[in-house]
Amino acid sequence: MDLSHFLGALTPANLAFALFGVVAGTVIGSIPGLTATMAVAVLVPLTFVLPPESALILLGAIYTGAIYGGAYAAILLNTPGTPSAIATTFDGYPMARKGQADLAISVACYASVTGGLVGALSLLFLAPPLSRIALAFGPVEYFWLSVFGLSLIASLSSGNLVKGLAGGALGMLLSCVGIAEISSDVRLTGGSRTLVGGIEVVAALIGLYCIPVLIEMVSTPARHLEPASDVRGIRFRDGALVAWRSKLNLLRSSVIGTVVGILPGAGGSVAGLVAYSEARRTAKPGQRFGEGEPDGVMATEAANNATVGGGFVPTLVLGIPGTPPDAVILGALMVQGVRTGPALFSQSGSIVYTFIYGLLIATCLMLPVGLLIGRYAYRSILHFPKAVLVPTVGFMTIIGTYAIRNSLSDVAIMIGLGTLGWVLGRFGYAASPIVLGLILGPIAEQGFVQAWTIGAATDELGAMFFGRPISLAIIAFTLLSVAWPAVRARRSAIRPDATS
Amino acid sequence: MNTPRTFPSSLAAVLGAVALGLAGTVIAEVPEKQVEYVIPFGPGGESDISARLQQPYFKEKFGQDMVITYKPGGGGALGWSQLNDMNADGHSIMGINLPHIIIQPAQKEVGYTTEDITAIHMFHYTPDAIVVNASSPYETLADLVEDAETNPGKVTLSGSGKATANHLAQIRFDEMAGIETTYVPFKGTGAAVTALLGNQVKAEWGYTTVGATQGDQVRLLAVAMEERHPLFPDVPTFTELGYDMVGGAYRGIAVPSGADEATRTRWADMIAEINADEKFRQQMLDGGFAMLDVTYEGMEAFMQERSEEYLKTARDAGLVK
Repeated sequence: MDLSHFLGALTPANLAFALFGVVAGTVIGSIPGLTATMAVAVLVPLTFVLPPESALILLGAIYTGAIYGGAYAAILLNTPGTPSAIATTFDGYPMARKGQADLAISVACYASVTGGLVGALSLLFLAPPLSRIALAFGPVEYFWLSVFGLSLIASLSSGNLVKGLAGGALGMLLSCVGIAEISSDVRLTGGSRTLVGGIEVVAALIGLYCIPVLIEMVSTPARHLEPASDVRGIRFRDGALVAWRSKLNLLRSSVIGTVVGILPGAGGSVAGLVAYSEARRTAKPGQRFGEGEPDGVMATEAANNATVGGGFVPTLVLGIPGTPPDAVILGALMVQGVRTGPALFSQSGSIVYTFIYGLLIATCLMLPVGLLIGRYAYRSILHFPKAVLVPTVGFMTIIGTYAIRNSLSDVAIMIGLGTLGWVLGRFGYAASPIVLGLILGPIAEQGFVQAWTIGAATDELGAMFFGRPISLAIIAFTLLSVAWPAVRARRSAIRPDATS
Repeated sequence: MNTPRTFPSSLAAVLGAVALGLAGTVIAEVPEKQVEYVIPFGPGGESDISARLQQPYFKEKFGQDMVITYKPGGGGALGWSQLNDMNADGHSIMGINLPHIIIQPAQKEVGYTTEDITAIHMFHYTPDAIVVNASSPYETLADLVEDAETNPGKVTLSGSGKATANHLAQIRFDEMAGIETTYVPFKGTGAAVTALLGNQVKAEWGYTTVGATQGDQVRLLAVAMEERHPLFPDVPTFTELGYDMVGGAYRGIAVPSGADEATRTRWADMIAEINADEKFRQQMLDGGFAMLDVTYEGMEAFMQERSEEYLKTARDAGLVK
């Protein structure tokens, strides 16, 4: 870890790769349906002719740009550009509706950069201990973590608890369609070949979020988003001030994102959710989460960009991909002859450290790039007439959905779920609980089945589920987040003058 | 122009153009343009890695790009059920895996049957291996077998999926050794290895590739090969230890059923040529893979043999009827 590695990351070529990667990633991530995984996978062959560290820097920059880019569509179109940005819609879109989309985009940028830096720095200094924490998470912990996530759905739908839970249950039911991953049963397909592959998360995401928005856009002649006033630029200064005032939130969310990122299979969506919930739980009086609170956007964006650095911990240290883009990057490294896993830091230390510095530089570059691209994204969505916007977005959603698995089935499912989502929306059912149920359902099911199998085999069922320290901590958090709204309501009832 | 007199001549012109076009397709040799290599799994797995290792050699030997795309779902079933819908002009191929394409259709309605798959070449396999954590008390296979005999059902082994190569290996070995172990399915080799490294389970039914990627963190107790793997000269084969187990997960490629004989033999030759390249073989071996050379001619006999083996094991375990 000496200066030469840092300088290695600063060569003009590597800087160019970092810049190109961040720009390309941000643009790709902002298009609903085009995920970070896709962005990375498409550009992998390009890296075969590059030296390993440049390849890694390029792929890492694309990855982090794409995770940030997902925020644009989340804020402006209520459609997460990538699954990691789901929680950004909670407050991002309400902010846009209130005419504060420009502020939302700039704080999202500051938050993403902060999260990305924390994640990358953790990777640099704390990779070995973090990887040990990752290994301590077994099937039981994953089960309780997804129960925690599902409980967050409930508490986030505090106005419509029953509907939120119903949505979550529907999502979990949908996740059962197709061939179960670990029991190889075929479920709920009704013999249909379309459904045998299951319901792909990104297709459901686009359908449930985007189609209702498009239908709504078509149904009223009013403009999609009104700017608060005729403010030029996107409020860099205001955004910076708001971000600075919430530095504790930013830091906490980044740490949450890093920790969730190191858990293989958890992903940016879970990180965003947990960070959002914590931010909400520790909200100051007067803050209205869910109605356009900048802290909500900052929490989720910091967390999901922190998963980039965090996800590289198990990838590089253990040779086990932390997130899907990491799996692609691992494959690319293997072709280059770089042996990831325990041997990596000792044998190819220079490659790793040059890469990490490159990732840090790319994250810093995301600040000017993100703010600039954000301004154009904001302007175009704001000023394009609906007649142009709706068909363009609709077209991109179809392309994006098809591109996931080159499967028309996915497009059919997307449109079907989208229509269902619109109908449900009219009855007060939000899309988020359904999508979160879809994501968390398999994690919960697998964790439960595996934990049960191990526990039953070793006759330690009770100790398995309730005797492990990390599990107990997660259970405690779950109970806390479920009980908190009730406690808070009690408190404010006792002291009515304390509420605003 | 649509008068009855000119219609026959314009029709002839159209038919002539179509005929020329078709003739052109038949005469041209694959690959004429970039080829698509569909992997029915997500990126990063063994199928992806072996395909990516082939990619540069394909470009070098045949001058065209090999574009790798993913179509995950149902443990491969989604991709295989859509294989015959792909373009049959010889520029689209799909990765196939044994035992998946034999076991899946036998178990349930998955949208394809084993006969639907036109296998062209099996170019490698990842030999089954029992992997333990470096800190494990098991030093040899005999230790594990002893523990399983004294504590039936308590020895937990992770593996990728159910009714997969890992699972079938566990069933066969338990039968041969007369023991009872518990198989814990995980989503993919990565998750199974994580569970092993975290000591959630006592051992893993994995492959030699796990030993290659994890290095000193793990120990292989035995490998299911005819001879010891060059990467692990100290690890005995199952045969040496008295268990007749040779095999693993086999991987190869298939073309859509609409592809003609010429295309099929062409692809078999192309893959065989890449497979014969010394540098390629070395790269694969360094990754922990084991090479195989089953071409189009020998495919039927190979599949028949494996079919019998897999289906018998699966039937005995009650996985298929």
